Amino acid sequence: MGYFTSDNAKLAEEIMARYPKVRSALIPLLHLAQEQGGYVTSEAMQEIAELVGATPAEVLGTLSFYEMFKPTDPGRYQINICHGISCFLCGSTELLHHAEERLGIPAGGSTADGLFSLEAVECIAACTEAPALQVNYRYFNRVAPELFDEVVESLASGELAEVPPHGVLARVRQHIPVERAAGPSSPEVSETPVWLES
Amino acid sequence: MSLPEPIITRRFGIENSHTLEGYLSSGGYRGLRRALEMSPQEVHEEVRTASLLGRGGAGFPAGVKWGFCPPGVWPRYLVVNGDESEPGTYKDRLLMERDPHQLIEGCLIACYALGLSQCFLYVRGEMALAQERIAVALNEAYQAGYVGKNVLGSKLSVDIVLHWGAGAYIVGEETALLESLEGKRGMPRLKPPAFPASFGLYGKPTIVNNVETLSNLAWIIENSGAGFAALGSEQSTGTRMFAVSGHVKNPGVFEVEFGVTTFRDIIFGPQCAGGIAGGRKLKTFIPGGASAPWFFEEHLDLPLDKATVDQAGSMLGSGAIVVMDETTDAVAACHNLVRFFARESCGKCTPCREGTSWLESVLSRIMRFQGRLEDLDLLMDICDNISPGIAWPPKMTTICPLGPSAVSPVASALARFRDEFEAYIAKSTVAASVGRPRIPVAAG
Repeated sequence: MGYFTSDNAKLAEEIMARYPKVRSALIPLLHLAQEQGGYVTSEAMQEIAELVGATPAEVLGTLSFYEMFKPTDPGRYQINICHGISCFLCGSTELLHHAEERLGIPAGGSTADGLFSLEAVECIAACTEAPALQVNYRYFNRVAPELFDEVVESLASGELAEVPPHGVLARVRQHIPVERAAGPSSPEVSETPVWLES
Repeated sequence: MSLPEPIITRRFGIENSHTLEGYLSSGGYRGLRRALEMSPQEVHEEVRTASLLGRGGAGFPAGVKWGFCPPGVWPRYLVVNGDESEPGTYKDRLLMERDPHQLIEGCLIACYALGLSQCFLYVRGEMALAQERIAVALNEAYQAGYVGKNVLGSKLSVDIVLHWGAGAYIVGEETALLESLEGKRGMPRLKPPAFPASFGLYGKPTIVNNVETLSNLAWIIENSGAGFAALGSEQSTGTRMFAVSGHVKNPGVFEVEFGVTTFRDIIFGPQCAGGIAGGRKLKTFIPGGASAPWFFEEHLDLPLDKATVDQAGSMLGSGAIVVMDETTDAVAACHNLVRFFARESCGKCTPCREGTSWLESVLSRIMRFQGRLEDLDLLMDICDNISPGIAWPPKMTTICPLGPSAVSPVASALARFRDEFEAYIAKSTVAASVGRPRIPVAAG
């Protein structure tokens, strides 16, 4: 019995088939595992290693390079407060202190009820909307302390339906219909593209 | 100054601009149709004529970069750099969220022109909405015959594969992005031999272009390269998006005429950022993202022109103007920027891995009132080890520019605001060391 549910195992096959080399599917499959479980378990790493023909150590090696992959459960909501230069100039330090007090945890910590994790993160490309934060990678702009409290309360009471659980990124996935697919272009096959032939 | 007729942001006002319906009803895919009537060489020539500078940071002409693929080596790939993460930069996300079809159309035009047989659209991991909008757009475009096998009934057959990153600034560097796309840690490759145009994804010729660069192609092919080059200055053609953030009245992303609009226009212009908030005075501004040396009052009348800004000792980088008013603590701002590079260094090259961390440590102890006067020389010494001579453009001791980027804020802040560093040190509780400055060994 593998880690992925049967639906996700099918999705994994579909994702892998798009790449000329299956190892390229490693990061997409880690995202899929995180979507399924909220974080990436060692069982998931083991299975992904087998799928892409890598060792579990290589999977961990790749995973540990990227901030978004969590090897332990961060809770339902990952709150990332941007402290990049533009947010810093517009009050991100004060916002972070407020968030730490409101949640009762330091940046880098998680609440005991398994609801929130808090982090100070680098620039999230919302510089003109500073100070900004993301909850599970959904943006909240120009966040004053009052807005932060509102967001936290709505999340805790389950009223913010537009924020899915941690691990879910795009809620619509790319699907390439078989009859429309050009297919992966293998680096081993050296052919002049037909549209270049006069 | 008046704002030009927008090119790449022209659909931002349309509510459903991200859907195929909204795109087609506002002239979408006309550039692709036109390209398919031309020969691939003619399409390439049109982009060369446009003198379209890459919008990712390095500002290299796209048409020239396209010409670097070795002839007769197949397959060739297109990789779209949508890993926008340079502090202060906010434009590719907007283009992906609001007009994903424009980007897709640009990808198809590039693939057609250069014989690129598969496209990987690498979107930053943290941008869930952009990923979703592009996924929907691609699904629609496949169904309608714009992407995939025999695009619009032509011989062009190419898949566009949406790929998400997972959080690492360095992956915006093109060879690190390729490593990441191959399922590895995103560490830059040594160049040569790894210039992507000849040795890229899976070791094959690969064009890596930024989202904004590709988003311009549909307009260029529909309206002509000469039409694009008629806007802007001789070398900085067309229009360009700039995000103006920080202490301004009206922070925002503005599409302005490239090469001729000045910093004063965009920072103080009523149609743009509207000047410094709260009636305060300008202290300094970063003209092109965290990696760029700082500019001051005396640079305000320079045009947003690549050659001019390069010559003045900084860069336009990724179109990120960060404005700081007179109340800004220059030491804290410098520390903020350096901490970013220290945190994001991939660790491959020693001068960057060690140098950025030491810069951060020394700046932090100055801010904790534990600095010594010698620390200011020590900072410059570390900078010199990362980038000998602390010159502009920076000399490199590393594979990629991340390390030298951390030198910019330190050199800028120390040159102009040394008194602020000294003021921190004057309050220091640590006695000056005797003789040569010592680097303290961190406990634990």
